Amino acid sequence: MSAAMEKSLAKKTVIGTRVPKPDAPDKATGRTRYINDMVLPRMLVGKILHTDRVHAKIISIDTRAAKALPGVHAVLTGDDIPELRFGPTRDNFPLKSKKVRCIRDEVAAVAAESEEIADQAIALIKVEYKDLKPVFSASEALSKGAPVVHEDHPDNRSLYYEFSHGDIAAAEAASDIVVEHEFEVPYVTHCCMGPSCVLADFDTTGKLTIYSQTQYPYNYKMDLAPALGIHPGDIRVIQPPVGGAFGSKLDVYPFEPICALLAKATRRPVKLTFSREEEFINSPTRQPVEFRIRSGVNKDGSLTFRSVDALLNNGAYTSWGPTTPVIQMRTFTGHFRVPAVEYKGLAAYTNNVYAGSFRGYGNVQATFVTASVMDMLAEEVGMDPIAFRLKNAQKSGEVTPQGSILDDCRLGDCIEIAAGKTDFLSKHAANIKNRDVPGTRKYGIGIATSIHNAGGAKIHKSDGCGTILKLDDYARATLITGASEIGQGIDAVLSQIVMEELGIPFADITIVNNDSALGPWDVGVHASRTTFIAGNSALRAARAARKQVLDAAAKQSNVTAEQLDLREGHVVQADNGVAIIKLDRLLRQMHFGEDHELVMVTDYYEPNSEPEDRNHVGNLSASWAHGAYVAEVEVDTGTGEVKVLKITAVQDVGRVINRLGIEGQMEGGISVSLGYALSEQLQMEDGKVLNPSFRDYKVPTAPETPEIELHFVESDCKEGPMGAKGIAELPAIIPAPAIANAVYNAIGVRFFAPPLTPEKVARALHQASFQ
Amino acid sequence: MSLEIEIKFSLNGRQTRLKVSPTMTTLAMLREKLDLTGGKLACGEGECGACTVLVDGHTINSCLMFAVDCDGRELQTIEGLATDAGLEIVQQAFVDHGAIQCGYCMPGMIMQARYLLDHNPDKGRKMTRDDIARGLEGNVCRCSGYTKVVDAVAAVVLEESPS
Repeated sequence: MSAAMEKSLAKKTVIGTRVPKPDAPDKATGRTRYINDMVLPRMLVGKILHTDRVHAKIISIDTRAAKALPGVHAVLTGDDIPELRFGPTRDNFPLKSKKVRCIRDEVAAVAAESEEIADQAIALIKVEYKDLKPVFSASEALSKGAPVVHEDHPDNRSLYYEFSHGDIAAAEAASDIVVEHEFEVPYVTHCCMGPSCVLADFDTTGKLTIYSQTQYPYNYKMDLAPALGIHPGDIRVIQPPVGGAFGSKLDVYPFEPICALLAKATRRPVKLTFSREEEFINSPTRQPVEFRIRSGVNKDGSLTFRSVDALLNNGAYTSWGPTTPVIQMRTFTGHFRVPAVEYKGLAAYTNNVYAGSFRGYGNVQATFVTASVMDMLAEEVGMDPIAFRLKNAQKSGEVTPQGSILDDCRLGDCIEIAAGKTDFLSKHAANIKNRDVPGTRKYGIGIATSIHNAGGAKIHKSDGCGTILKLDDYARATLITGASEIGQGIDAVLSQIVMEELGIPFADITIVNNDSALGPWDVGVHASRTTFIAGNSALRAARAARKQVLDAAAKQSNVTAEQLDLREGHVVQADNGVAIIKLDRLLRQMHFGEDHELVMVTDYYEPNSEPEDRNHVGNLSASWAHGAYVAEVEVDTGTGEVKVLKITAVQDVGRVINRLGIEGQMEGGISVSLGYALSEQLQMEDGKVLNPSFRDYKVPTAPETPEIELHFVESDCKEGPMGAKGIAELPAIIPAPAIANAVYNAIGVRFFAPPLTPEKVARALHQASFQ
Repeated sequence: MSLEIEIKFSLNGRQTRLKVSPTMTTLAMLREKLDLTGGKLACGEGECGACTVLVDGHTINSCLMFAVDCDGRELQTIEGLATDAGLEIVQQAFVDHGAIQCGYCMPGMIMQARYLLDHNPDKGRKMTRDDIARGLEGNVCRCSGYTKVVDAVAAVVLEESPS
């Protein structure tokens, strides 16, 4: 009898435990090589000449002096390449040849032997322009006679979204109270710590290997190809570790095809890296929106209708920003039970910079509005903020007007837990009394809630993810997944799923997800989808491998596969944990025995969600989740400074898989929302970014971080892997309006345009004192 | 090409001699001449702390210090922190407490944390979470939200001075 056979191994679960990311030790020691750190032999440095105009005809570009500079290998302008259109609506070009439409526009690019030479060459390029009349505000762009940004869009209309449900006019006429508000949310930017960077390398047959920070490698090929005039199949995407993404790398941006065009022109690898200033000016922002919202409520506190007009400043080109109404309208139409709803969202071209996707994808903007309006309506009808929300919260089984199926709705639970844990109502009432007490320190408490897709979002024809799982002769597992790792920790979550199903230790699992030539397809890291979608695919693959292994073990013993389990590297009897055989030994027997069986399984998981129809109706996500967050603040009425003391977050997460990871995602999201609430705004004036540095664009730092208390509602989602839901966007969505509501509770002043900077708060208090 | 100047300094305990251009930054020297890419260029103007290294025991923004000024000094970078025995205690705490997500800012953050732990501003009193947060104010992180970073450093405070 071997030693293994004497062992009895108890069943242990790793689901819900605290698992450090497998790449953390290398990241802690500086060993990790980001693209920003990579050097290839014969590599050249790429640089872009951005325009200094916001709207102008290009008369001429003189590159002669730049080309003559020793060490310069290529200088490209739009005239050197065919007109290649790219972007979600094909309105962008890698290099602009006829006119420039915003301050970001790329008019020339250089590949040189060093950064110094590239900078010198850029400075030697002379561009002659004829300025055109610009337009910066979306409403002005839509007015008659406004300057035209794209000649093929003479009315400056870019994208339009409309949804309507119920009889709004009748609902409004029958409402006891009708209110109208206007909100404006600003340009903010991701501030990834790793500046944008790309490295392009063509082989001798014309195939491109691109080292990219992208968070959607498979569709990236499809989107990059038209910008280069090559076949998507001839692009291989390698994804070295990335210094933050947060949605900013969910599209192709001009610097990427430009770098590839330089590599093509020089037949050498070219790397192009943004400076921090370029990063602030030239990388995507969150979509700014102006909202007008009319809302109705009856005296008993029931919502009657909600009508929203959203005007989106498209900027000069279209990335994902102007498509965010798809998610935005789900919140306006489906958050709380509102019998009649309508949403109209129009994006207008201007000569401003343009927005991409940013953690929360339109719902950040929608939730700032809805959560603020809910507070105001509660006050209108004389109800407290908790009772009013509970009265209008949906119950399990309800379906929203756009078809989001709330089969297990925990909105009410989240609100009740958040209110209970924070002693909300007594603090809320006390703070109102304290407003009139002399003194400059006022305290406030505020709540906000939202809903978000938590089982992917079927905005493409497939929302799937593929997995290849193999076990080697030593019982080491390799999981090749389509899901990208951008710091969020899918590596740890997928490892846990493999550990749980196959009883293999963490250290014996390798996750491979950085090469489009190896990985099976995945939509990308977005929409809070990766744990849910990639997790489900990994789970199904792991279960198939488990079945194959247990079937083989059953075959050589006198028990059935169902009576066996995998624990700590052994096949054991499920009832008593007694080990039958070591897993690696079994795998070798399977491999080298007479059956010649290798364990390697594949899976493609497609969630049971549906794309929207033409009227924007459909159950877009396989699962939906709610959250309720409470903010407690201190406002200094002398300086206008708002200090967030505590955030209490309650969220339906389905099931916690990696406790360490979920806490990190929620704390990180809260920090981003804290910046949105209080300090972050890209200051735009006449199309130019006035504050392109960390000095003047204030992101939260450690001392501003409030105490954070997290409560997970584990609803055990029946479609989710191990019961889990997607979680990562709600923490970046809900805190900001909770903070604004808390500020109102403290000082009785309502803010309709974040960020609530000290200047803005002090000015509002000053104005209020004269009323 | 501009004139190069020879400098000598101690790098992670090892004597180093090399020629640098007078305009080269310490960060560029470490990354481009010595292949120590742990410290990152994230802003280039001393605002984010991702390039933090120790010079003569003090943390500096290596993106702002000329390489020639390293002459005769002692430099320690993130690469010099771990030993053959494994991760240094601060590095291990960052791993265990889940402080690291994308990790780009972490070499700088960890160097600042190590410095802070070695230079308790209020000697004799154990550092609080507020002390730690203030001490890390110059290091920007966009992933973690800082809570787990402070957790990690607070755990080291306890471990290094348990009483």
